Amino acid sequence: MSTTTMDELPQSPAGSADFAVLPNEPAWLIDRRRQAAADFEQLPMPTAKDDRWRFATVSRLRNEWFDAPLSLIESKNVQSIIQRSKLVDSYSGRAVFVNDKLTQFNPLSEALAVQGVRYLPIEQALLEMPGLMQARFLVERTTLGSEKFHAWHVQMVKSGMVLYVPKNVTIKEPFVNYYWLDGEGARCFPHTLVVAEDNAEVSLVDVFFSADEQSPGIACATSTLYAGVGAKVFRKVVQDWNEQTISFQLDKTLADRDADVKNVAVNIGASAARYENQVQIDGAGAHVKLYSLTVAEKRQEFDQRTLQVHNAPNAVSDLLYKNALMDNSRTIFSGLIKVAEGAQQTDAYQTNRNLLLDPTADANALPGLEILANDVKCSHGATTGNFDPQELFYMMSRGISKRAAMQLMVFGFFEEIIEKVESDELADNLRMLIHNKFDNKVYQAKTI
Amino acid sequence: MSQTTLDNEALQVDTEKGNFHYPENYSFDAGVGLTEDTVRYISRVKEEDEWILNFRLKALDIFQRKPMPTNWASEDLNNIHFEKIRYYLSKGQKPSRTWDEVPDDIKQTFERLGIPEQERKFLAGVEAQFDSEAAYSRMKEDLEKQGVIFVGSTEGLMKYPEIFRPYFGKVIPTADNKFSALNSSVFSGGSFIYVPKGVKLKQPLQAYFRINAENFGQFERTLIIADEGAEITYMEGCTAPKFETTTLHSAVVELVALKGAKIQYITVQNWSNNVFNLVTKRGLAEEDAEVKWIDCNIGSRLTMKYPGVVLKGRHARGEVLSIALANDGQHQDTGAKMIHLADNTTSNIISKSISIGKGRSTYRGQVHMPKHLKNCKNNTECDALLINTNSRTDTYPAITTRGLGNTVQHEASVSKVSAEQIFYMMQRGLSEGQAMSLAVNGFVNDLMRQFPMEYSVELKRLIDMEMEGSVG
Repeated sequence: MSTTTMDELPQSPAGSADFAVLPNEPAWLIDRRRQAAADFEQLPMPTAKDDRWRFATVSRLRNEWFDAPLSLIESKNVQSIIQRSKLVDSYSGRAVFVNDKLTQFNPLSEALAVQGVRYLPIEQALLEMPGLMQARFLVERTTLGSEKFHAWHVQMVKSGMVLYVPKNVTIKEPFVNYYWLDGEGARCFPHTLVVAEDNAEVSLVDVFFSADEQSPGIACATSTLYAGVGAKVFRKVVQDWNEQTISFQLDKTLADRDADVKNVAVNIGASAARYENQVQIDGAGAHVKLYSLTVAEKRQEFDQRTLQVHNAPNAVSDLLYKNALMDNSRTIFSGLIKVAEGAQQTDAYQTNRNLLLDPTADANALPGLEILANDVKCSHGATTGNFDPQELFYMMSRGISKRAAMQLMVFGFFEEIIEKVESDELADNLRMLIHNKFDNKVYQAKTI
Repeated sequence: MSQTTLDNEALQVDTEKGNFHYPENYSFDAGVGLTEDTVRYISRVKEEDEWILNFRLKALDIFQRKPMPTNWASEDLNNIHFEKIRYYLSKGQKPSRTWDEVPDDIKQTFERLGIPEQERKFLAGVEAQFDSEAAYSRMKEDLEKQGVIFVGSTEGLMKYPEIFRPYFGKVIPTADNKFSALNSSVFSGGSFIYVPKGVKLKQPLQAYFRINAENFGQFERTLIIADEGAEITYMEGCTAPKFETTTLHSAVVELVALKGAKIQYITVQNWSNNVFNLVTKRGLAEEDAEVKWIDCNIGSRLTMKYPGVVLKGRHARGEVLSIALANDGQHQDTGAKMIHLADNTTSNIISKSISIGKGRSTYRGQVHMPKHLKNCKNNTECDALLINTNSRTDTYPAITTRGLGNTVQHEASVSKVSAEQIFYMMQRGLSEGQAMSLAVNGFVNDLMRQFPMEYSVELKRLIDMEMEGSVG
């Protein structure tokens, strides 16, 4: 960690404009960026010796990523991209970013605005909600290994959406943020900040897409989700970058008393995707659910690190990560449940299921528990295996081709997660994305 | 009620059973600290061949270069002061063949621990190690006639190099970890066992390890080779008096089960609460062979021990059954490693841990199945029981799976003794402590039934002892 603290840094924004990314940044933001720049310099690139990167192919990490020119790559396909941003048709608000530039913004309705709901791009949020931004924007950080990339994000972030829901406001339709990458060498730093006050109810969808299949890109996204007392927050994330893209997603959820938070992540794209998801339960009786499905093919590597921290009693957290692996793909699931002293009557679960569709695929599971309270129910389970040959035989004996039978079984494997999205439209679209991935490759059923 | 008092009295005596020590008057003492001279001294006292000395010196070099594994392991390791430890102490004893030849004070030590009685009862052979060297070693004659070899490490390497040398340091290479390197440089004592083809030992062989001197490090080395179709059960027990300063025990145990052989290795570790117990144990299972570790850790300050099985031949089987009990000031960091290297290999890990007071128990495991393998199976279950509100337990498994038809399942759960159970038992006249003991014994019971009877009885008593005063 750096020896300089924020207090020791000069307060004046003059001369520190180098660290600003947006016009008219407040001094506190410049300080956060400067601190991040110092941390970034000081933090080493992760190595295989770091236990938090165990099993990950750290040789894939490149210093050149940081050297790419700062200037934006101009997208020439803005109109078609906006057309294609239709994963969810009915929404309370929508934003479409292409290469970190806001190209389409459908603000929330007047009726919601009157109730005090805010759904704003970062730049505008800094102007309209300075207090909230200073208290909540870029405050949380990761502890799961990607500190350097998080610091990089803090230095660079300029686009993203801030969603604020005041007390007792219930919003039915989701907010949908699309983050696109377009063009060779494009980079983006998507950022989602959600602050749901006491008893607020809201859902949102973050979508990560590439405009084409072949352009390499880099995305370093973070999200922070604050759920107040009794708040209900539901976040869905769809990651389908093209398979030339490097992806980082560094997420954190903070749940207060009786909050009900649900998180569904669908991971399909990227050549290497690092997904860090931290949940911190600070209030008694909170209920947090984390679900994820991943389809890995070719040489894709999905590196998932999760942390469920129970600091308060009587809370529940439930995690289910399912991965299907083909070809030479790799997945790493490393999860930890931490139950602090005094967090009695905790119920915490963690399950990782890996389905190996090819013998060359490689699934790693590191499910962990650290329990410092005695009156808890905690369990974790990890299973890895192939298809049940009997099930396959059953279907084939009824005239279904081997390939179709295997596909059916994969879709069945994922259905458990897909049905959790609680939206028929989105569920159908997700099924389609997964089907596409299987259809694109002529999947040769191997003998089992 | 009078029954209870009686029980407690019996337990009181037992708790202190290992807590005594005799004056130190050693003929051979390698002094304090570890240098090349220490290693040369040990080798000279033992009158070893040149290659063994070179093996030791190379290991010393590796030990000095390797960092402490504190990037993943407990920081408590930093409290081991290698420069304050005595690496070799011996009274110049040669293992005695009859109990009468054993020096009186050593004899008293082992009499107090009950070794000769044990032997009379059922053992096929016994070896007892007092600090660095074996004090007593005996095996039934009929086994000798069948060609079973049961000797100390020095004797094994000197007298039977053609048997032991090919496997010595092969299952656990010197550079495996910092403590295997340390052991390789200063090892002394331990058992080298060879069971010839087809010989099935009906009764277990047994070893006792005893640390008597303060600041002493015990580094025994065990190598068991079961030739094709042979079967052997080996049991070890450990004790030490409670000194003010910490003591180090760092053993290396290598098992080799050739085609169709079966090895069962049972440990009941009851070191006093100031012993760092850092042990590397690994077995190699050839085709159709079976290696089974039964590992019970009750004592020590910090135990780090992950018995492993390398499943090298088709249809090999590996199993680790582990019970750990961590009380105040103890950290039981135990687990298992299963390395599958052939088709159709299966492994099973069952670990049960109990944390009492501020005790901390950790399960750390590794299961590895590379991509060219077919039809391998692993099952892992870890259950943890937490007794008090400030008890702690951790689980850190690591599972890598590739290949066709391989399945791995891992399950872990954490629980406490339910209030209803305790209430039920107390209602029927048991004290809270007795009820708790009964519940804890119930928790480990299904594992305990797999142990030889004498050990499950001893273990049950040890658990009762540790549970005393933990409730209330």
